[in-house]
Amino acid sequence: MALAKRIIPCLDVDKGRVVKGVNFVGIRDAGDPVEIAKRYNDQGADEITFLDITASHEGRDTTVHMVEAIAEQVFIPLTVGGGIRELADIRRMLNAGADKVSINSAAVYNPEFVREASQKFGAQCIVVAIDAKQVAEGRWEIFTHGGRKPTGINAVEWAVKMAEYGAGEILLTSMDRDGVKSGFDLGVTRAISDAVNIPVIASGGVGNLDHLVDGVKLGGADAVLAASIFHFGEYTVQQAKEHMAAAGIEMRL
Amino acid sequence: MSKLCAVIDYGMGNLHSAHGALQAVAGADTRVLVTSDPEVIRSADHVVLPGVGAIRDCMAEIRRQGIDQVVAEVRKTKPLLGICVGLQAMMDSSEENGGVDCMGLFPGKVRFFGNDLVEDGTKLKVPHMGWNKVQQVEHPLWAGIADNSRFYFVHSYYVEAVNPSQVKGRGHYGVDFAAAMGEGNVFAVQFHPEKSHNAGLALLKNFLNWDGQA
Repeated sequence: MALAKRIIPCLDVDKGRVVKGVNFVGIRDAGDPVEIAKRYNDQGADEITFLDITASHEGRDTTVHMVEAIAEQVFIPLTVGGGIRELADIRRMLNAGADKVSINSAAVYNPEFVREASQKFGAQCIVVAIDAKQVAEGRWEIFTHGGRKPTGINAVEWAVKMAEYGAGEILLTSMDRDGVKSGFDLGVTRAISDAVNIPVIASGGVGNLDHLVDGVKLGGADAVLAASIFHFGEYTVQQAKEHMAAAGIEMRL
Repeated sequence: MSKLCAVIDYGMGNLHSAHGALQAVAGADTRVLVTSDPEVIRSADHVVLPGVGAIRDCMAEIRRQGIDQVVAEVRKTKPLLGICVGLQAMMDSSEENGGVDCMGLFPGKVRFFGNDLVEDGTKLKVPHMGWNKVQQVEHPLWAGIADNSRFYFVHSYYVEAVNPSQVKGRGHYGVDFAAAMGEGNVFAVQFHPEKSHNAGLALLKNFLNWDGQA
C-alpha cells in the first residue's frame, strides 16, 4: 500500500503564541508560531496541529491572525483545535487558512454539532478529538476538561458514533499517557482504529521513536501526533520518519 | 507586462491556501487574484478551478454563477488548472450525492471508493487522506518533480477516466485512479498541490510558467 503514515507535530498556542516550552536548538525566540511551523515543515512534517488554549474571546482574534500568517508560508495541512464550539468558529479558522478543525468537548455536549459541521464544511475538515481514559480492563471512557471530568461515555462506541455523524478523522488522546512518555495506549488505539472506517491519529505519551512505530504497527493508527519529543530538539521530524521507515512503515521521506 | 492568475471563487470554501501557494511561487510580475467575476477570469493569463465539499453543491454554484460557460471558453484560450473537486467537476458525472452531472471536459466518471476497500487483506480507510505517490505521464507540469513523488490527497471519490491518453498521473488506493488528467490547455489534479509542500509548489510554479497546448 502506497499511502504513507503521517507524523503530526502538535503545538499549544495561547493568544497566537506557542507556549508550553518549545526549545529548538538555535532558536532564541521559541514562541514564534510561524518560525516553529516553518521549522517543522522544513523537517518534513506531514501536517501540523495547533491546540488553541486561549481563554478569552479577544485572544482568539490573535490566534486567527497567527493561522493566517502560517498559512501564507507553510504549505502542508494545518489543523486547529481548542475552543471550536459553533459553526462560526469553524468558518473563521478555515477562512484564516486552516484546513481542518478539531472538535472536542462541543461534540460531547452536542453531537449534532458534528453532523451540522460536516454537512456544512465537508467531512474532510472535521476532526473529532477524543480524550479517553482507561476505567477497566478493555474499557475506556471519554473525559472532558483536560481529563478531569468523566462522562461515562464508552470511547470506542463514541468514535463509531462520531464517524457516523460525519467526522472525517479521529484524534485520539490517551489521558493516562499524556505527558508521561511511556508510549501510546495501544489498546484503545487498536480498538478504535478497528472499529471505525476513518483515519485515526494516535496521541498522548510519546517518549521515543519506537513509540511512534508501535502506534502504527500495534495500534493500527494512520497518523501519530507528538509534541515534546520534537519541541526540545530530542529528535527531528526527519529522524522520526526515517526511524519509522526503517521499521517497515510507508513514509514520505 | 504583468500577468494575472485568476483563482475562481464560486463560494465553495476556503481559497486561502491555493491563493497563498500560487502567490508564493509566482514571479514578481504575476498577480494572483481570487475572483468570481467572469470578466476578470476571461482577462487572466492563467485560471485555476479549485473545489472542496460535496459535488452537488459545487456544480449548482458553478452553473448558477455561469462558471461552466467561462470554463468552456477559457479552456480554449489559456492554461486551466483544476484541483480536487475542481477536477471532478470537469468529468462527465459523479456518483456522489446520488448522481450529479458535471461539466464533461473529460469523458469519465467520478466513483466512490466504497466502504469495503481492501488492499492485501487490509481494510482501507475512506476518505483516502494523506500523502500518496503519483506515477507521472510525461507533461510539462511535472518538470523537475521526481516521478512517484508524494502529494497530499483528501477524497472519498475518485476519477475513472475513459480515455487513457488523458491520464497524466496515476494513483492507487485499493483501486487505480486518475490522480491527474490533461488535454490541451487543461491540467487537473485530484491531490492538493497547495498543501503538498515542495512537490506541490513546484507543480504550481510549472503551471504559471506553462503556456498551455501541451
